[in-house]
Amino acid sequence: MESVFSNVARAPEDPILGVTVAYNKDPSPVKINLGVGAYRTEEGKPLVLDVVRRAELQLVNDQTRVKEYIPIVGLADFNKLSAKLILGGDSPAIKENRVATIQCLSGTGSLRVGAEFLTKHYHQNVIYIPKPTWGNHPKVFNLAGLSVEYFRYYDPTTRGLDFQGLIEDLGAAPSGAIVLLHACAHNPTGVDPTPEQWEQIRQLIRSKSLLPFFDSAYQGFASGSLDTDAQSVRMFVADGGECLIAQSYAKNMGLYGERVGALSIVCKSADVASKVESQVKLVVRPMYSSPPIHGASIVATILKSRERNRTPGDWSHIIKQIGMFTFTGLNTEQVAFMTKEHHIYMTSDGRISMAGLSSKTVPHLADAIHAAVARLG
Amino acid sequence: MASSMLSLGSTSLLTREINKDKLKLGNSGSNPFLKAKSSSRVTMMTVAVKPSRFEGITMAPPDPILGVSEAFKADTNELKLNLGVGAYRTEELQPYVLNVVKKAENLMLERGDNKEYLPIEGLAAFNKATAELLFGANHPIIKEQKVATIQGLSGTGSLRLAAALIERYFPGAKVLISSPTWGNHKNIFNDAKVPWSEYRYYDPKTIGLDFEGMIADIKEAPEGSFILLHGCAHNPTGIDPTPEQWVKIADVIQEKNHIPFFDVAYQGFASGSLDEDAASVRLFAERGMEFFVAQSYSKNLGLYAERIGAINVVCSSADAATRVKSQLKRIARPMYSNPPVHGARIVANVVGDATMFNEWKAEMEMMAGRIKTVRQELYDSLVSKDKSGKDWSFILKQIGMFSFTGLNKAQSDNMTNKWHVYMTKDGRISLAGLSLAKCEYLADAIIDSYHNALLYWKTPIEL
Repeated sequence: MESVFSNVARAPEDPILGVTVAYNKDPSPVKINLGVGAYRTEEGKPLVLDVVRRAELQLVNDQTRVKEYIPIVGLADFNKLSAKLILGGDSPAIKENRVATIQCLSGTGSLRVGAEFLTKHYHQNVIYIPKPTWGNHPKVFNLAGLSVEYFRYYDPTTRGLDFQGLIEDLGAAPSGAIVLLHACAHNPTGVDPTPEQWEQIRQLIRSKSLLPFFDSAYQGFASGSLDTDAQSVRMFVADGGECLIAQSYAKNMGLYGERVGALSIVCKSADVASKVESQVKLVVRPMYSSPPIHGASIVATILKSRERNRTPGDWSHIIKQIGMFTFTGLNTEQVAFMTKEHHIYMTSDGRISMAGLSSKTVPHLADAIHAAVARLG
Repeated sequence: MASSMLSLGSTSLLTREINKDKLKLGNSGSNPFLKAKSSSRVTMMTVAVKPSRFEGITMAPPDPILGVSEAFKADTNELKLNLGVGAYRTEELQPYVLNVVKKAENLMLERGDNKEYLPIEGLAAFNKATAELLFGANHPIIKEQKVATIQGLSGTGSLRLAAALIERYFPGAKVLISSPTWGNHKNIFNDAKVPWSEYRYYDPKTIGLDFEGMIADIKEAPEGSFILLHGCAHNPTGIDPTPEQWVKIADVIQEKNHIPFFDVAYQGFASGSLDEDAASVRLFAERGMEFFVAQSYSKNLGLYAERIGAINVVCSSADAATRVKSQLKRIARPMYSNPPVHGARIVANVVGDATMFNEWKAEMEMMAGRIKTVRQELYDSLVSKDKSGKDWSFILKQIGMFSFTGLNKAQSDNMTNKWHVYMTKDGRISLAGLSLAKCEYLADAIIDSYHNALLYWKTPIEL
């Protein structure tokens, strides 16, 4: 009997996560993985933050803790603290109960749930995303039912921001369109607008009633300061307007595999926020019913003690040691050459994760780049 | 949805009109390097008159199952009993974290496991363990690599992945679900845009299985339909087909080239035996059929909040399984990228260690045993207190966490309003939330509601 799956083709490996798959297969002793954005120590090992370990120990040893289903919207403490983290503790939006915050599965989950909500309840089904952007963004939005358009962002000639192009393209967007903005540490370019440029972007967005959807995956990780890295978001919230925010704790707390994040929807009124939250629950229930408890409990424990002790977080020494993504300007041919001949694993768009580099491996990388450029200039 | 879209549309028109006037104010002569304060004052005015983009959104109703617990919490009466959501409780009506789970968590901490991203398909050790638990470690379909297994977010998440695969690769195919079934099944297929219809299942006259109706409806469905089956401990009725009936169900499914789709949320929890509870799934595997199985570890390992489960797709060849697995990954990546590690590690550790595995089996037998004991006690109480001669034996015939009492909405409301017994409106009670000590009270409530509720309800109108 013929298989009912005969028409199911083999999908290619994910372009980003597949780099690690290929890296793992390579037996070369000099291989380097500069693909996926996960922090590595100087010795090239993954790192679990001390503050995370301590929180976990506390949780696992707490005899009163249970594993009952948490609410569809996630842990209440976690949600409150996450909103405070990104918006600031004194945010009027929070004081006025205008923020609906829902614990989701890291950044991806927050983006997907937010996008599904917008498809169901928002009148505009187009989202403008920067060119380039994280490889998974267009897929998340398409599968949620939004159509995707691009606005100019990266200027390859200057290796900086194409601000003029950005303003033109967003200026030409239909009124009410959704706009994806990287809150800081743009992935994959590492190029961010200046505060002055952010202000202009804000004015343009508000004047056209575009709906901002922030992706905040690096708060605290980019500059070392949680507040600085949240400035773009806070600027928009300060003008009283509405926006969506997807937060991830994968990088800044090193909780990658625990899938911890939050979707915040900043609304005009408390009444609207409460209705919005009730509708987001209807998106979550048929997707996974309720989010996982472990990672969110760790985050809540840490943020609670941070509030009590008023310390700005133990992450700064780590942040200074690592960077973000860098766009090398290498083309796909050169990248392929570096992978094949020098066992350097990176995404084909020329992006490298600085987090995967150590002082020991820098010379190897430099040699490889030199060879690629010399050979395939 | 359509009406809220329309009102949003007129809201946006209004917004555009307002913006046309305000645009001049906002843009003319604005210096790009104007200090944030002054420009935001200007924009504040613009923004203040704009209504919310979400103005037309209505308040969604509370979830029919999870909403029951919320109502229970609000009740201050000391006699109250929560028989709503299906989460296991001890005799003291406390939540239960399995000892073997605590052991595994401590082990994981001691080892200093890292928190790296799992692959999109989840933890390999978990995927291997879960397929082996379901089919048996030495099953040919596992040896021949014919099963595509990927870790999912418990039962719901696994069902959703499968539904998305069905929508993509079996366009127009329908899923048949039992009448009744777990409330969230419909939501999952609706959101995944997979059409569904119902097959007869529960017979209110017998408080048993409408087997003839079930077979007839499955036969009538268009060839190549998906048939959603509860592997054991049917939710909400607790009524399972007998082994002989399962054979006939497999026959008619094969006859019509339908694709079975099992929801296995209670393996080990129904009878107390992992193997016995997997019998229905294994019967289908023996037939060489291609089918889907969604698994959950919420109940049998008490890992409710960790969201750990799996979707298994049994294919006719290893090549098909590879292709299907790759496509399931393509669905997971834009949904949540990769699944959470914690629950998966707990399962892999428990199943992977012989001592812990045996401890788990013992704890599971204990949990299933407590429920069986409570069933018997409830039945005994009903029989001794009810003088009407009504046959309550259906309670003993049902299996698993839930019992369909046969109470209708009015009677269920009486349970709550008069007796402070919280349950779902379809007459389902969760025996996992019942203690031996409360069986007599519950029996009183059921007898009163069954015989008198309609009287209570009718009286004001008759007046």
